[in-house]
Amino acid sequence: MAVRFYQVGSFAVGNRLANRSDRTVQSDAERANSLTSGHRACQGCGEALGARYALDAAMRATGGQMVAVNATGCLEVFSTPYPETSWQLAWFHSLFGNAPAVATGVAAALRVKGRGDTRVIGQAGDGGTVDIGFGCLSGMFERNDDVLFICYDNEAYMNTGVQRSGATPPAARTATTEAVGANPGNPFGQGKNMPELAMAHGIPYVATATVADLHDLEDKVTRAMEFRGARYIHILVTCPLGWGSAPSDTVRVARLATQTGLFPVFEAEHGEVVRSSPIRRPAPVEDYLRLQTRYAHLFDGQGNPARPDVIAHLQAMADRNIAKYGLIEEEVSSS
Amino acid sequence: MTVKPFAITLEIGSSLANKTGSWRVERPVYVDRLPPCSNACPAGENIQQWLYLAEDGSYEAAWRQIMRDNPLPAVMGRACFHPCQTACNRAAVDETVGINAMERFLGDRALSEGWSPEPAGPATGKRVLVVGSGPGGLSAAYHLRLLGHEVVVYESSPLPGGMMRYGIPSYRLPREIVEGEVARIESMGVRIVCGRTVDDLEATMRDEGFDAAFLAVGAQRGKHADIPAGDSARILDAVTLLHDTEDHEPPALGRRVVIYGGGDTAMDAARTARRLGAEDAVVVYRRTRERMPANVEEVQDAVDEGVRLKWLSTIVGTEGDVLTIERMELDADGFPQPTGEIEELRADTVVLALGQEADLSLLATIPEVAVADGVVAVGADMMTARPGIFAGGDIVAGARTLTDAIGHGKRAARAMDAWMAGHTLERPARHALATPERLNTWYYADAPHAVRPRLDAARRTSTFDEVVGGLDESTALFEARRCMSCGNCFQCDNCFGVCPDNAVMKVDEAHGYRFNYDFCKGCGLCVQECPCGAIEMVPEES
Repeated sequence: MAVRFYQVGSFAVGNRLANRSDRTVQSDAERANSLTSGHRACQGCGEALGARYALDAAMRATGGQMVAVNATGCLEVFSTPYPETSWQLAWFHSLFGNAPAVATGVAAALRVKGRGDTRVIGQAGDGGTVDIGFGCLSGMFERNDDVLFICYDNEAYMNTGVQRSGATPPAARTATTEAVGANPGNPFGQGKNMPELAMAHGIPYVATATVADLHDLEDKVTRAMEFRGARYIHILVTCPLGWGSAPSDTVRVARLATQTGLFPVFEAEHGEVVRSSPIRRPAPVEDYLRLQTRYAHLFDGQGNPARPDVIAHLQAMADRNIAKYGLIEEEVSSS
Repeated sequence: MTVKPFAITLEIGSSLANKTGSWRVERPVYVDRLPPCSNACPAGENIQQWLYLAEDGSYEAAWRQIMRDNPLPAVMGRACFHPCQTACNRAAVDETVGINAMERFLGDRALSEGWSPEPAGPATGKRVLVVGSGPGGLSAAYHLRLLGHEVVVYESSPLPGGMMRYGIPSYRLPREIVEGEVARIESMGVRIVCGRTVDDLEATMRDEGFDAAFLAVGAQRGKHADIPAGDSARILDAVTLLHDTEDHEPPALGRRVVIYGGGDTAMDAARTARRLGAEDAVVVYRRTRERMPANVEEVQDAVDEGVRLKWLSTIVGTEGDVLTIERMELDADGFPQPTGEIEELRADTVVLALGQEADLSLLATIPEVAVADGVVAVGADMMTARPGIFAGGDIVAGARTLTDAIGHGKRAARAMDAWMAGHTLERPARHALATPERLNTWYYADAPHAVRPRLDAARRTSTFDEVVGGLDESTALFEARRCMSCGNCFQCDNCFGVCPDNAVMKVDEAHGYRFNYDFCKGCGLCVQECPCGAIEMVPEES
């Protein structure tokens, strides 16, 4: 294996010693700042971070020739309380459920006006994507409309008070899945795996990412803009409010989601997985769960497992992801 | 006035009007913490800073940063036992940074490129005597000269360098390196007079008009043990062995040599004995290998060169070429206790390496300077009870290493400068330590230590060639970049990137970043994701 030359390798946002091309878009003082300061997101909001990461990368990839269509949800509410806005790009607010359809319409209108070089991004939270917007999104995929749709997945309806969505993971406590008696919180065996549903449509490009790996996230957004047709990126964004994690732990929690195997990071083209991000520092799922009060019912007050059965079930899910996506590389003998 | 469409009555505003900084109860601030390497360095080098400079190839600037504290980088890059590396936080990630190898690389480059030190400061009219031209004396002389004082060094040996020349064998420290760095100090106007022994310090200072003196005569005399020995026994001490070898008059040791003692000098003596032709060099030490004071690498080097180690043993007598050895065992407190078990060992020569002591007779006329057990009592400013007389190096209490001596010289020089000007020196408060739990090591790439080449063992036992090689430019750059910059920003842009509120601003490369407290909500994400722990949260004033 080639030795990485910089003391921060390719993991940090930038580095004074790294080549410009090896630094992230975010390290650039001239980045677009698509979502600028003064927004009303909570302290340490992963969605605000993820949206700026993704859109700044898309702004660079398109040279600023793009339009964002935004479903109702946290991202819209905290960024745009009329008449103020935090968006520094062409931005379009639609209803909760129809953002993919509106994005399709914008792309069609641009094409008709001979401005097909202007690219369209649709974006929503997990509620607007997995639940309410799913019909429109599936149609957009099926028609292979020229839109990149990004889901910022914080795993519940946070803006309205943390209600369960189709993306809420098993065992998580939400306002509608309280852990009462023997109930573990959100039941196992329900919900939707949106990245796999997208892949099942056979669209050109599907990827997952998190706010814990900026280089990876930017690479995927950039890659997505190289395709025409329907593309989908599913970004896990920590929600300190709904997950009950410390605002300072937003990146740490997202990183643990990947390092435990609970959130597999991969990309797929035309329905086939073409690459997955290996786990660098494997961790048991407890390390991830313990940092979040939505899983507090799985532990006693001292952080010891109170529901080993549930934790084992979650660990089994993680192990299945690791096997399915090849997240732990076999030891390769070094020469 | 434009006619507005239906339902739009307000101008579009920016969220920049919404100063979210008011949410904050804690604010992040950038800090500089003291890295463990610098904390451990007896010479007080700012290691993180010179590695930072070396990382982008600014070798001369890096060398100049070392020279602010230590005038002998090429020497110390070889002879220092690098407590900095023992303390290095990188050990928890993979291996410690090769600081010592880097220091040598920079020191050697300075010699080959002929970089000159900073010029002496404006003349103060003060005249200072330094007694002894070892690392302590030279360090004091250099720092005093930088401060503008006239400096004269008296050295009793025919050549300067002290223990750098007469204590450390040339296979560890080639003499041209010592000579190069000494010459550089002389080039600043430090006058070194060799072959000049100071017998009476007070008289010398009075007669020659010195305003202050720094005493660094070192511990030159080997201690002797009380071993019952017959007439024919050949016993000498390690200091004499090393000194005579340096003077090209090595003693005849014979085929079998026993070295008695477990310190660094014992290892030097054993390895020197091998090079002088001893086929069997055995180190006899009364405790275990773990408890021996010698540096671990030195011991390994000795073993690699065929030196044998005999633990838990004392020499109780010698007659002819037969040594009587008693086996020891450690008691509960770790002290060796005799067992009564006796064995014999044959040796042509016994070399005693039982520690050294100083000849402090030059202080005889200054009774208030307290000397006990060969150690001169000094204060934190290195001054003795006689105002104006300072002391350092092996003659004061401490670890007795070259690096400690260099630190003493620097500290004494600054205190002497203040004393001669009639005021006392205020030492700045130390920064808080950059402890490992403050680091976020996720961001450091796995990068194993660049190993310095070592001379083949076969060549090591036959010549006095330098054993440990240097780094070349590519390995040096790599090694410098392994530094994690503990507690000090190295501009990785993480804070700038991870702020969800876009509340970190880049100033420029020299000044790093600034928080925009108008918008910082105080989430602390930048603190958590800072690789090197250079940001902390402090409570907001209410």
